[in-house]
Amino acid sequence: MELRNTDANVSVFRSVDWITIILYFVLVCAGAVSIYAASYDFDNASLFDLSEASGKQVLWIGLSLVLGCIILLLDYRIWETYAYPIYGAVIILLLVTIFVAPDIKGSRSWLVFGPVSLQPAEFGKFATALALAKLFDSYNFTLNAKMSNYFRALIIIFIPITMVLMQKETGSALVYLSLVFVLYREGMSGLVLWGVVCAITFFVVAVKFTTPLILGIPVGEFSVLVMIMLIFVLMLLFYCRDFPIARNVIIGFAGSGIIVTVLELCGVHVNGLVYLLSALGLGIAYVLLAMMRHRIQKFLITVAFAAVSVGFLFSVNYVFGHVLQPHQQTRIMVALGIVDDVRGVGYNVNQSKIAIGSGGVLGKGFLNGTQTKLKFVPEQHTDFIFCTIGEEEGFVGASAVLLVFLAFILRLISLAERQHSAFGRVYGYCLVSYLIFHLCINIGMVIGLCPVIGIPLPFFSYGGSALWGFTILLFIMLRLDAARKERRD
Amino acid sequence: MRKDYILEKRRYTISGFICLVVIVYIIRLFSLQVSEDKYKKNADSNAFLKKVIYPARGLMYDRNDKLLVFNQPAYDVMLIPKDVGDFDTLALCSALDITPEILAEKWAEMKNPRKNPGYSAYTPQKLMSHLSAEDYGRLSEKLYLFPGFFIQKRTVRQYSYNAASNILGNIREVSGSDLEKDRYYRAGDYTGDLGIEKSYEKHLRGEKGMEILMKDASGRIKGKYEGGRHDVSPISGRNLRLSIDIELQEYGEQLMKNKIGAIVAIEPSTGEVLAMVTSPGYDPSLLVGKDRGKHYAELVRDPYKPLYDRALQGMYPPGSTFKPTQGLIFLQEGIVNLKTQYPCYRGYVNGLRVGCHPHGSPIALKPALQTSCNAYFCWGLKNFIDKRGTKAYDQLTKWKDYLVSMGYGYPLGIDLPSERRGFIPNSKYYSDSFRGANWSANSIISIAIGQGEVLATPLQIANLCATIANRGYFFTPHVVKSITDTVIDSSYKQKHAPKIRREHYEAVAEGMRMAVLGGTCRAANIPGVEVCGKTGTAQNPHGKDHSAFMGFAPYHNPKIAVCVYVENAGYGAAFGVPIGRLMIEKYLKRTISPESKGVEERMINSNTIISSGVTKH
Repeated sequence: MELRNTDANVSVFRSVDWITIILYFVLVCAGAVSIYAASYDFDNASLFDLSEASGKQVLWIGLSLVLGCIILLLDYRIWETYAYPIYGAVIILLLVTIFVAPDIKGSRSWLVFGPVSLQPAEFGKFATALALAKLFDSYNFTLNAKMSNYFRALIIIFIPITMVLMQKETGSALVYLSLVFVLYREGMSGLVLWGVVCAITFFVVAVKFTTPLILGIPVGEFSVLVMIMLIFVLMLLFYCRDFPIARNVIIGFAGSGIIVTVLELCGVHVNGLVYLLSALGLGIAYVLLAMMRHRIQKFLITVAFAAVSVGFLFSVNYVFGHVLQPHQQTRIMVALGIVDDVRGVGYNVNQSKIAIGSGGVLGKGFLNGTQTKLKFVPEQHTDFIFCTIGEEEGFVGASAVLLVFLAFILRLISLAERQHSAFGRVYGYCLVSYLIFHLCINIGMVIGLCPVIGIPLPFFSYGGSALWGFTILLFIMLRLDAARKERRD
Repeated sequence: MRKDYILEKRRYTISGFICLVVIVYIIRLFSLQVSEDKYKKNADSNAFLKKVIYPARGLMYDRNDKLLVFNQPAYDVMLIPKDVGDFDTLALCSALDITPEILAEKWAEMKNPRKNPGYSAYTPQKLMSHLSAEDYGRLSEKLYLFPGFFIQKRTVRQYSYNAASNILGNIREVSGSDLEKDRYYRAGDYTGDLGIEKSYEKHLRGEKGMEILMKDASGRIKGKYEGGRHDVSPISGRNLRLSIDIELQEYGEQLMKNKIGAIVAIEPSTGEVLAMVTSPGYDPSLLVGKDRGKHYAELVRDPYKPLYDRALQGMYPPGSTFKPTQGLIFLQEGIVNLKTQYPCYRGYVNGLRVGCHPHGSPIALKPALQTSCNAYFCWGLKNFIDKRGTKAYDQLTKWKDYLVSMGYGYPLGIDLPSERRGFIPNSKYYSDSFRGANWSANSIISIAIGQGEVLATPLQIANLCATIANRGYFFTPHVVKSITDTVIDSSYKQKHAPKIRREHYEAVAEGMRMAVLGGTCRAANIPGVEVCGKTGTAQNPHGKDHSAFMGFAPYHNPKIAVCVYVENAGYGAAFGVPIGRLMIEKYLKRTISPESKGVEERMINSNTIISSGVTKH
């Protein structure tokens, strides 16, 4: 038994994917340096001073490496075997946290043990990934086989979401939604992803452009309706290649459009909303009639798409105005550039844009950033760490960081794809999904393209929990990958 | 298997998605960092507090090195609107000792783009100026309570003498148009207004310095940027030494008390203005400090217009002080020689009548100057304008050219703002006013005795006097004698000579000497000083005649040329001559002799404003 283990150890370090480890190391080191720069005071402090953020981060990095080595040395099978127990334990931890965690800035997500604070939500990610991987790895499991499979997967995802939401950590909860990529990879219809993209687009357009301009209705709503019509026609064109239905619908839309324009020119006022809706309604009715004759399921999808889209459009304003909380509304409006709240919520984003923008092509040089150093950017060493990079290393440095992340994620996708078991693949895609979400949202908010959602930039943002959470996630993946040969043999 | 194969292809969708996002983000970074520089500017104003260090404004000394104008510290309350957080308004009000209404008003003024076109939330703005020392002390103690506020130290003017405000000028805050004209200024800066402060602004103001401090998000100063390597130290303004003799100036102002008018005294050999009095004047320290605006408005409303510098801007009929110019022209043109005599039957009687006072007749040039005979100069002008074989139009043009060369009709170019040109009619003017009808000497005869259309400023009259004292040349009058580290404008060192022979000037000077010895200016005869003078009694449509005098002394090698002009005060001998005499005596002897004390007392105590019958000007 002893002997076999040693053998396995040797083979692990030989077969582990060093490309990923190097990329990981690059990111982590760049992160430590950025934190040093971000929290560098002009009165100066050493990189390794443990009372400083950068010093602590170096300590966390060291501990992460130890943790990584331990994971690599452990048998890969324990993750498969104990996936559910680990998941259960973490869920209980999350639950406990809600009740015992002190209130820090309105959220109850930190467990405090003397000088050390821990954020269990960061560990929820890897536990959820394990549980999801275990589910998909169960015997003869295919996502599309029956609806209850979706149900089981969604349960696994939504339990931690609920827990984290109850800790008032909306950002961390939203991360789990990224697992939609995993479901997609495992067979969920692409229409869902498509629907999500459409919903976000419609939402942004409808909320952002509220000036009433075209035919008496807000530009946003008008554009969305036109987009729905276009997509409707495109879907018909795609699904009904063999039938003249799509052509008839196009002719109908175009014809009614011409009639409205002529009426408008003759001075007869037409309510644009009524026009667009009736045109769309007639189109849908026509397609439904056609469906009767051809009994094609795709028609139904197309019609449903159009109907749901219109419903969505008209509920957007309600949801935006009544369901979302005021601070969330403001964040969204700031991100969409509707309001320019430079002193309030927009302050962070505005300052971070100033910091990044002032970096120029080559940046101001290491430790020469004035914006981040002088504490103009809040959360500069945690959520807004990318500012420091943008300011001090400029366009070149910031782009390089993005490209390293891209390489890292693409590498992980190929690692996931080369797994022989559903467990390894699903687990890998979970990791990929989390990374994509964190990267998109974190950098998106720093450069003012996404609403401000407080989630860290993996490997960069200051904090032991996040770093450890991602390190555990990554090294389990590396361990699983290193073991794929053993599995096959 | 086929299904799995299709699902495997979905990795490309996911990879494509993340690639797309990264590309979009890089494009965004490019637009933020490379193609726009708006953020760079913002960042600078964010992190740096560019604190202006104001240079000390140049000092002014009189010709005897007496300090006239110097600086005293003043404190302005500044703030950077962006950095101003929530603060206790009442606490600020009590620290500044003002009511909340005043604070609100100042705040609105600061933000008003019309009053403060340079307003920006990112740059220092001035909330209040001229804090007293106590207010400064109280506020600086509590300043930590008001994030974004700071105190800017600068200097305001202080004056050693309550005199010469018309020459010195004062300083005011820059206006919107100043900001547009000169990029040196920032809102809240000071600039010279009126007088030397205005005309020598560029010399006096120096160069602002800059201290670059770093601050953090809450506006706390974190020290000098790179140890002050990029700081710019201010360059102090240049000191000016004026040609003014402040004692003479003060004495002149004292003599002119309760009178309306002006005195100009010039050193003939250099063109340096020794004194330039306008009356009524005002205390220069009124236009300093918090209440400047209020005082300024009061001065503007004052019916006697103290801000109006009569020495430079008052355009008066020169009256008989104009006669020497006529004599010079007639001599130069050969219309008369020193023996030529004209009859005076109590005036010029030739189809029309210009009155004169009793004296011997016929009369030659020198006695004519001595007695100020009107008839002589009318005959002279008649013979000149109506000279056989010439056209009145051409002769008048010649006449005008002589006068322009003597400094009339155009601003002389003194180094003070707003000098006016006076008026010398040209031929076209008369052709226009007579609407093409023929005109001759008789139509315009009153210009011969400095009446009619002719107007001159006291400065121009004094300049004529200096030219006669020099026997034929003058230097452009100026009030600044020298500037530290540089030289005054070369135009003030240049001799101007009218095209009239020296001997003619000699004759006129002799006539003026005779006027003092036994003519109209006898009251100007100071024992031991050879004074030359010419009175003037100018009729005017505003009431009583203006009393004028011009004179220089000593007769040989003159040291001072003076012009006195007192509005609505009667004969030239009544006020012009005695005041001129006292000015000359004061300057040449430094003290007033016992014989002159009585005159001095009478002059100081007389009030011509009441007796003139003119209440508003």
